[in-house]
Amino acid sequence: MPARLQISHPATTEEVPAIGVKIEGLTKDFGPLHVLKNVSFEVTPGEIFVLMGPSGSGKSVLLRHIVGLEQPTSGRVTIEGKDAALEETRQHVRLGLVFQAGALFNSLSVYDNLALYLREHRIGTEAEIGEKVRHALQILSLENTAEKFPSDLSGGMKKRVAIARSLVMRPQLLLYDEPTSELDPIMAATISEIIASLKEQYHVTSIVVSHDRELALNIADRIGILMGGELIFVGPPAELRKSNDPRIVDFLNPKFDLKNPRFKKLET
Amino acid sequence: MKQFRAICEEVGGTVQLLIRSIGYFATLPLQFGRFVEQCYLVGYTTLPIVSILSFFIGSVLALQAGYSMQDFGAKEFIGSLVGLSMARELGPMMVSILLAGRVGSAIAAELASMKVYQEIDALETMNIPPARMLVMPRLAAVIVMMPVLTIIANIVGWFGGALVASRVKFIDLDSDTYFAALRRFVKFKDVMDGLVKAEVFGFVVVLVCCSIGLKTRGGPREIGASVTRAVVTSLILILVLDYLLTQMLLWISPSP
Repeated sequence: MPARLQISHPATTEEVPAIGVKIEGLTKDFGPLHVLKNVSFEVTPGEIFVLMGPSGSGKSVLLRHIVGLEQPTSGRVTIEGKDAALEETRQHVRLGLVFQAGALFNSLSVYDNLALYLREHRIGTEAEIGEKVRHALQILSLENTAEKFPSDLSGGMKKRVAIARSLVMRPQLLLYDEPTSELDPIMAATISEIIASLKEQYHVTSIVVSHDRELALNIADRIGILMGGELIFVGPPAELRKSNDPRIVDFLNPKFDLKNPRFKKLET
Repeated sequence: MKQFRAICEEVGGTVQLLIRSIGYFATLPLQFGRFVEQCYLVGYTTLPIVSILSFFIGSVLALQAGYSMQDFGAKEFIGSLVGLSMARELGPMMVSILLAGRVGSAIAAELASMKVYQEIDALETMNIPPARMLVMPRLAAVIVMMPVLTIIANIVGWFGGALVASRVKFIDLDSDTYFAALRRFVKFKDVMDGLVKAEVFGFVVVLVCCSIGLKTRGGPREIGASVTRAVVTSLILILVLDYLLTQMLLWISPSP
């Protein structure tokens, strides 16, 4: 299990201000498919914002707009007032994205995966890079995996390495795409704790895309619910629990009706 | 119309990639390790197959020439025929085709799989341009290694021809006569023209394979489709460019 975060390392104590994200009237169409419909919300610096919604509701597409991997059909995503779609924005703000499948570089060892960003941007000497990498590995209890390759790791380990890789970048904005999917409940809780601890220790702004109810209700400052490309709720977890919207109630507490299953309703 | 638009987008994307990659050539000293690794992959690992093929192509050329020329007593010109064919056409063409099949397919497969498994997206979010880290070192490596491979292919092909010419009974041409004809007819310009062609073919093959690999969308099945498309496109471009370049080189400085 990952150790409690102890941020005392000189290489990681540098203060980096957290940043905010603003999404204004974001619409995205893929041909005739309307994936996002006029979505607007704001994430304040240092906040953990969890974006929930059923599969195919457009959560990951929204996340890709924030990191500038997709161009909006209309609307705007700004990070600290800068257009997220522009390459210059990524040069001015440090943002990390933890991909759903990890997106680790398969040809590189875990150590080299973590060191890549620092080496490419010439941040420190090789000794300093080594210190930062080892520290990030230590935070996530991955010291023994440094020489391994991604193909040798379990699903949970890959997720943790992906988080560690983002961590060495000292991001101001950290985005997670389904960080607990395909994990057992204990590992999912561990990853949720890591996300919350990172916010506490690094004051990083976190946007988490997930349909993990436990993660959202336990670590989020605010939760957004995206359904069919529309944002139907934004508010703190306590408010979400009280919601009477049948779509939200059904999403959070789905009833099992074996005599009249949902897929039969969909067929008709 | 839709297909024409797709082709235009493909060409436009490749030109953009070329421009971006050229812009990163200044970072070559900082990526020397990657450059050396690519030189090893492009040059050293391709060398055995290039040597084997060029030896037999030179041999077959000598054999065919010997068979055709024996009737009218022109056997002593076999050296010039093999020499010129290898230097001006077969050397650069064969090395480029091998490059497309061996290196180009590997590049397209690697980059396509990186794209499908979101490694390229990860690089972009880390503000590491794929054109700088993945494309530029490969282009630099092919620029350096293509002339080396082509010169080796030419020499091995010439010696293959000499061996056949001297050993096959119905030809029975001694090596001195073979190489005298080769030296007499193969000029420096012929070798240089071949090297220019090889350089252009190699550069285009690597650029096209990188571009197709990086544009892959979908799942694992599309990786295979991208590799096929990259190799087929490279082969067509080699043949089209071969004609155009030959025409252009003959026009720039026609042989005496």
